[in-house]
Amino acid sequence: MSQVTTSPATAAFKASVRPERRDIGLRRRYASERRFRLYGLAAIAFGLLFLFLLLSSVVSKGYTAFLQTKITIPVEFSEQVIDKDGERATDPKVLMTANYPVVARNALAKVLGVDPGDRAAMREVGGMISDSVRVQLRDLVVADPSVIGRTVDVAILAHGNVDSAYKGQIDLGVDEKNRKVSDRQVGWMNQLAETGALAGHFNTGLFTNGASSRPEAAGLGVALVGSLYMMLIVLVLSLPIGVAASIYLEEFAPKNRFTDLIEVNINNLAAVPSIVYGLLGLAVFVNFAGFPRSAALVGGLVLTLMTLPTIIIATRAALKAVPPSIRAAALGLGASNMQTVFHHVLPLAMPGILTGTIIGLAHALGETAPLLLIGMVAFVADVPATPLDPATALPVQIYMWANEAERAFVERTSGAIIVLLIFLILMNVGAILLRRRFERRW
Amino acid sequence: MNILSEAAVEKALDKKMNDVSYKMIGQDVSVYYGDKRALYDVNLNVRENTVTALIGPSGCGKSTFLRTLNRMNDTIDGCRVTGRIALDGDDIYDPSIDVVELRARVGMVFQKPNPFPKSIYENVAYGPRIHGLARTRAEMDAIVEKSLQRAGLWNEVKDRLQESGTGLSGGQQQRLCIARAVAVSPEVILMDEPCSALDPIATARVEELIHELRANFTIVIVTHSMQQAARVSQRTAMFHLGQLVEENDTDKIFTNPDDQRTQDYIMGRFG
Repeated sequence: MSQVTTSPATAAFKASVRPERRDIGLRRRYASERRFRLYGLAAIAFGLLFLFLLLSSVVSKGYTAFLQTKITIPVEFSEQVIDKDGERATDPKVLMTANYPVVARNALAKVLGVDPGDRAAMREVGGMISDSVRVQLRDLVVADPSVIGRTVDVAILAHGNVDSAYKGQIDLGVDEKNRKVSDRQVGWMNQLAETGALAGHFNTGLFTNGASSRPEAAGLGVALVGSLYMMLIVLVLSLPIGVAASIYLEEFAPKNRFTDLIEVNINNLAAVPSIVYGLLGLAVFVNFAGFPRSAALVGGLVLTLMTLPTIIIATRAALKAVPPSIRAAALGLGASNMQTVFHHVLPLAMPGILTGTIIGLAHALGETAPLLLIGMVAFVADVPATPLDPATALPVQIYMWANEAERAFVERTSGAIIVLLIFLILMNVGAILLRRRFERRW
Repeated sequence: MNILSEAAVEKALDKKMNDVSYKMIGQDVSVYYGDKRALYDVNLNVRENTVTALIGPSGCGKSTFLRTLNRMNDTIDGCRVTGRIALDGDDIYDPSIDVVELRARVGMVFQKPNPFPKSIYENVAYGPRIHGLARTRAEMDAIVEKSLQRAGLWNEVKDRLQESGTGLSGGQQQRLCIARAVAVSPEVILMDEPCSALDPIATARVEELIHELRANFTIVIVTHSMQQAARVSQRTAMFHLGQLVEENDTDKIFTNPDDQRTQDYIMGRFG
């Protein structure tokens, strides 16, 4: 510091009041605090970066799964092809087994102006259309046989490869032999897109269809219903059992070695790898109790076992957090133990219990390993009507799609992850809302 | 129900003949927390419609004794009570005595105001409701109003009975807790340092209240404040290191105590 001229009075004043400053390490303390804050910021930034990477990667790969390319063309339901002998009145099987792909192929060839005699060209025209067209047109005809002989506009699913090409996911610079769509097909695709016949539509099938080896027809329907069943089973079983167990352990059970042992074991159970629960479920529910394999019921039971420790631990923590003065107040008024718990302690612990439950449910929703063991990793095409029917679950569906080779399954895998994440976000928002609703200060 | 030893009853009757009636009798009361002994053979009787103050330095066992009177110690793990405590001659630790019924007869007000996080009305109505003291809504309204009036809180809260009890000031909360205890019409009210968390004005208000309640209830109050004990109580018991040093009329204790330790304590030499 430079010397500043001061009046003698000020100098005297300063000299009289300021003792020598002690070095109490202020500079060092503040520096270490600043460093710690920087570490914290860095940690958060790191976490956010990875979150951003995860989300951007999933969303950028997956958003196209919500669009599905369809070809809308006038389809002539030719009696010649479907039922050339006129037997449909007597033999309903005719309509079930008719050659619908040919109907669709002919319709598309007509729109594209392809000579029906050119067999190679016709094969490529057929390759533009999803194989699921057989089911689509069959259902249409069986529902209303009067369409036979008429021409109706139908939105047909494009083949997965055309779908991928239309979304720009197939590199057209690659040699024609080495890619799944030919130059001719790409030409037709552009031609159809120009007339508006070929366009992307919202992919409702993603949410309603079951498993399919054809990506354009594969959907999460079975997995959604299976996961829903399992979540309901987990909620209905684990919430009451878990809360009842924690209330007993926390409020009524004597504190002795035995209850200590139980507590230690519950904590250990929460850390048991989930695949072990899968084996347990396989042994107990499928082999011993004889419940059907692949059923959402068994999956729900296994996930219940897995979720119970989480709920018990969360509930006990919530009960412990209720101030003892509230218990003393109720007991002092002559409330019985049970009245104290149910009238005062439980309502105050509710936010914590609900948060724990929803976190447990969210955990269960994303659990895959135990479901693989009880056979929920199966090709299930029909939406399960009851929890006893074969089903899959969302994370298992993701696992199965991730194993598929087709390009169109890549985006569906990411799409399914997005759906799963949305469900998890919804559950967490629900947890926050419930907590707000029940939160009371004391 | 178990009756106390004949000697004790005789003693009690003896006192009664001397125009003193005992609401609660404590005989050779010892309390253990696990291996630690907190009270040593305390013999202390509580007179009816009297305010009995328990004084003594921290950790002397006065709160422990208070809590044996309505068996609040039962809720503490490892706590064991020996000796006998009687309410109107019935041993309250007898297995045939229901602790819920006991606590309906011996109410308690705690050190820290602890209203339920519910409305003011619900705070007061809770006790009568679980004990079935009111058959109709109107009866319940009457109990709530009377209790709040007795606690001197009615005029302050009558227009906001549905607001949360935790939103009141500290002194109001403590009076709400007193109203809550009064609402179940107990015979004895135990107060564990009821004013330690209150400011002087709220304390004065609660002390007045204790005076008024004395007409209808027997009150036992633990306090750290000598002045408070002198102001509110008629009888005072001095505890030290888990033992009852002496028990006598408040005036006597504060002017001419028999025991040197009491003298030292009220003179502020220790504690």
